Amino acid sequence: MIELDHLTKRYGGYTAVDSVSFAVRPGTVTGFLGPNGAGKSTTMRMMVGLTPPTSGSATVLGVPYPKLPNPGRHAGVLLDASAQHPGRTGREVLVLGATLMGLPGTRVDEMLQLVGLTPAEGRRRVRDYSLGMRQRLGIAHALLGEPEVLILDEPANGLDPAGIHWMRGLLRRFADRGGCVLLSSHLLHEVQAVADELVIIGNGRIVAQGTKGELLAAAGTIVRGPDLDALVRAFELAGLRSSARPDGGLLIDASIEDVGRAAAAAGAVLTELRAADGAGLEEMFLQLTAGDRTEVPA
Amino acid sequence: MTAVDVLGARPADTGIPLGRLLRVELRKLLDTRAGLWLLVAVGLSTAAAVGIYLFAAEPAELTFRDFVDVTVMPQELLLPVLGILAVTTEWTQRTGLVTHALEPSRGRVLAMKFAATGIFGALAIGLGLAAAAVGNVLGMALLDGNGSWAYGAAGLRDTLLVQGLSLLQGLALGALLMNTAAALVGYFVLPAAFFTLFTLVDGLQEAAPWIDLATSQDPLHSHTIDGVEWVQLIATTTWWILLPLAAGVWRLLRREIK
Repeated sequence: MIELDHLTKRYGGYTAVDSVSFAVRPGTVTGFLGPNGAGKSTTMRMMVGLTPPTSGSATVLGVPYPKLPNPGRHAGVLLDASAQHPGRTGREVLVLGATLMGLPGTRVDEMLQLVGLTPAEGRRRVRDYSLGMRQRLGIAHALLGEPEVLILDEPANGLDPAGIHWMRGLLRRFADRGGCVLLSSHLLHEVQAVADELVIIGNGRIVAQGTKGELLAAAGTIVRGPDLDALVRAFELAGLRSSARPDGGLLIDASIEDVGRAAAAAGAVLTELRAADGAGLEEMFLQLTAGDRTEVPA
Repeated sequence: MTAVDVLGARPADTGIPLGRLLRVELRKLLDTRAGLWLLVAVGLSTAAAVGIYLFAAEPAELTFRDFVDVTVMPQELLLPVLGILAVTTEWTQRTGLVTHALEPSRGRVLAMKFAATGIFGALAIGLGLAAAAVGNVLGMALLDGNGSWAYGAAGLRDTLLVQGLSLLQGLALGALLMNTAAALVGYFVLPAAFFTLFTLVDGLQEAAPWIDLATSQDPLHSHTIDGVEWVQLIATTTWWILLPLAAGVWRLLRREIK
């Protein structure tokens, strides 16, 4: 169980995290989503006591994280897979963690095997690891102490598609055994497949939270056609609001049947007609991310 | 997925004992190339200093005390680097994110870093004394050296003070700056700058023992420290080691770990 109560962090006049409250229940995977710089990492550092909050509080298993005796045995934490001494071997990183937590040395090799790092890879220095291998090492480190809670910041970053698929399975099984998982990502698709609950943060504030089912519930209808202008006019005639999507389709705030009838009445051609299925969530996410886009369109 | 259980039996609720923290901190000083080679360098330079002195000095000067004094020189230069690395790598390599997620008490971790570097420092001094003894025996046997074993409690005290203070200076700089490069520059450049300042400016020469750490430690090196020189040593130790140490510890215990 992780509980955040109005957690807030200000740096001078800048509010990085603004009164964030949510709970992660046992047996669930909660996706913590937001664009880069939204305050995800700051929130997670406050959860584990590395960053002192300006106000508000966070508890893990009912107590503030720093008060947990031998916290590594209760909560597995991966805040930044690259925050490792490049001169240490992957195995050595795990040996240090296991020694600190008072675990038998056999646990180290079990974890290397679990995350798919071979004994030869374990003997290599972290300097020579790809980002994906560092993530696997970080996940192994988080799982070392057989924790009940996992707090993972962007664990899918740098993993290949097979690796992301593997990690989803691992987190799913962890939660199904009663574990409690919080994982952050700046990509909706990365967590959509595994998360039960979603918390979406933008500019330090929670903009949406709830179960995946609630948030992804069909919000409107998507259509495509060869002549979008004709479609827009057809929907205006029928009194339906439509908005253009970045991928070239239209999102209409109405049922599939109403949209189909409106198009038929105006004689407009449709090439696609379907329920939006979370398109609203994606839309919101794109808008949140749009603010920090810097690239110039070609 | 292997048969390994992700969720095992519930662990017992005990904190991390200091002994385990110390073991981890000792290991961290040895398990990187930088740390390992630094300790190898301490060993090799100690042996080399004894070797060179054996053949460079006059037979009359081949005494245990002189041998010990030459082992102090390279160690005094290298041990503070050990202290610096012990503290700064957690910040420069950002391993503090992992260390303090496992042991939230920064004070306990820092105390065991001090203990771990202290243990290696004591081993280095022990090695220096042993190397000096070997040098003295070889001097007597091969070069008709003086061979005096006179050293005494005062000699050992001076050596321990010089080495202990230099190690503490490294730890203080590391804690204050929390950055390997900055702390190394601070350690090697500041004394040189002060040496230049105090030799070039006439009016400052008299004040030097009260302000310059190296000048106030000269009587320790020559084993002649007495009277007011003790007060001067305490004064410069306060300015250059104790105050930076206090400020560094204060800062380190509070700084946000990113």
